[in-house]
Amino acid sequence: MKNDVDLSKLMGQCGEWLRGSGPESDIVISSRIRLARNLADFPFIRRCTEQDRANIERTLVEKLESVSELRDALYLNVARLKSVDRQFLVERQLISREHADAQGARSVAIDAHEEFSVMVNEEDHLRIQLMKSGLDLEAAWDQINRIDDIIESQVTYAFHEQLGYLTACPTNVGTGMRVSVMLHLPALVITRQIDKVFRSLQKISLAVRGLYGEGSQAMGDFYQISNQVTLGRTEANLIQQVKEMVPLLIAYERRAREFLMRESPKDLHDRVSRAYGILCTAQTISSEETMHLLSSVRMGVNLGLIENLEIFTLNQLFIQTQPAHLQKIRGAELDTADRNIERATYLQQHLRKGNYGENPKSN
Amino acid sequence: MKCQHCEKPATFHITELTGGHPQELHLCEEHARQYLTQADGGEEPGGVSLASALTQHMKVGQTAEELARLDQRACPVCGITFYEFRSQGRLGCPHDYYFFAEELEPLLVTIHSETAHVGKRPRRAPTGSETRMELIRLRRAMKEAVEKEQYERASELRDEIRQLEDSHRHDAGAAAEVVEEGEGSPKKKNKRSGRKP
Repeated sequence: MKNDVDLSKLMGQCGEWLRGSGPESDIVISSRIRLARNLADFPFIRRCTEQDRANIERTLVEKLESVSELRDALYLNVARLKSVDRQFLVERQLISREHADAQGARSVAIDAHEEFSVMVNEEDHLRIQLMKSGLDLEAAWDQINRIDDIIESQVTYAFHEQLGYLTACPTNVGTGMRVSVMLHLPALVITRQIDKVFRSLQKISLAVRGLYGEGSQAMGDFYQISNQVTLGRTEANLIQQVKEMVPLLIAYERRAREFLMRESPKDLHDRVSRAYGILCTAQTISSEETMHLLSSVRMGVNLGLIENLEIFTLNQLFIQTQPAHLQKIRGAELDTADRNIERATYLQQHLRKGNYGENPKSN
Repeated sequence: MKCQHCEKPATFHITELTGGHPQELHLCEEHARQYLTQADGGEEPGGVSLASALTQHMKVGQTAEELARLDQRACPVCGITFYEFRSQGRLGCPHDYYFFAEELEPLLVTIHSETAHVGKRPRRAPTGSETRMELIRLRRAMKEAVEKEQYERASELRDEIRQLEDSHRHDAGAAAEVVEEGEGSPKKKNKRSGRKP
């Protein structure tokens, strides 16, 4: 396994899920499926000794590397990565915050397109995740199911005749599957309807989280909706449950946007223009403020209120202005104050130019 | 330890798992109930949390003594007690799902409303699950022996582990049985029906 990899390869590209393509991509950012799996002959992670963890990691990484589909993946020893590099992977959604902050032997395999990643020794021995741009859950399931089959041909998973795949936390038992769709819902936030929408989603046992899985206060108006239940339903059924909510949420968001355009077009245009103005001219700016303002600009572009700016550019800026990304781009460790200055400079450069990088293959 | 909200001893140790970071709560029975009622109020992001499911589970008519007895039960394979599971929210090994089956069932009903898996099954029927459990148990015993400086015992255990690992590897290779996806080969019938009233 490569240890001190350079993450520069990742820096030069943007994750598949940020491509900004796919149906309804102005509102639907990405689709994601993750599977939790455990080896049958080891305790769950919390109960593992250091030796166990090391054994699990060695066994799994060896097996993963032996599979042709996973041979070209980037294998990272997370335990040996610098803190800023771990944070960098969190910001790209390639590992979880828990995986970054944990102790002991752990690693991650990431494919070249950043579509899938396999975390070893997270809360479960294996956390396989697959991300797609836009709403594309079926394709995500086909791919992740195949990867799961391949891994399963190499190891024996902990599986219970009645309860299905066994996981460290009973909230994941059964399919071990979490299906989520990330949506950008700024107009529902502005019109204060978002809480109402989420309360109704919770009633049908769907969970709502922010961009990085934080609580109800979502950064940049990005929300992930996902299934809460993992047992007693088929995978197809769980996908369907999340999927059928998406058109409704899109319709609500569109209605809220139309309402704002109709009832208070000047206020809306003003909000968007001011946000753009601040982002283009600020001399120092925090990550939170950046996310908040980028959100308004993103909606502005989608509504045709700002021209000559691509959604792809904005999608990238959401990630590139995160603390670890800024430091990687700059190639130096920066404290908060310096980051805020660096961020402002970075935003000016990329927004004033009105164009940013090259949009990779858009199909 | 005292309850976070009053002077009574904290008998419920809850790790809240929804939201960003795990949050530790140490509460007396009364405040644990109160906490549950709040959590049920719809303010929790993400539906039924494990903590509220656990609290709900305990309030179904369990006395403090019953709970204390239950808490002391320990899995013979990984050694985790039900108390440890209750306070950390994570199980210790696959065998816990068998050993604590009775305790877990109402919890699973609260979280998932179901108790039977109907999704994907491994293509290969898992074999030798007893050996696997034995391996987990022996590794733990070896670690304990080392900690107690019983090196002779530890080395015996190590040999036993190696032997098991070897024989197990051979067995697994020979017995790997390919079954059609979605069918599996259930060894025993599910006694419990899917949904609880």
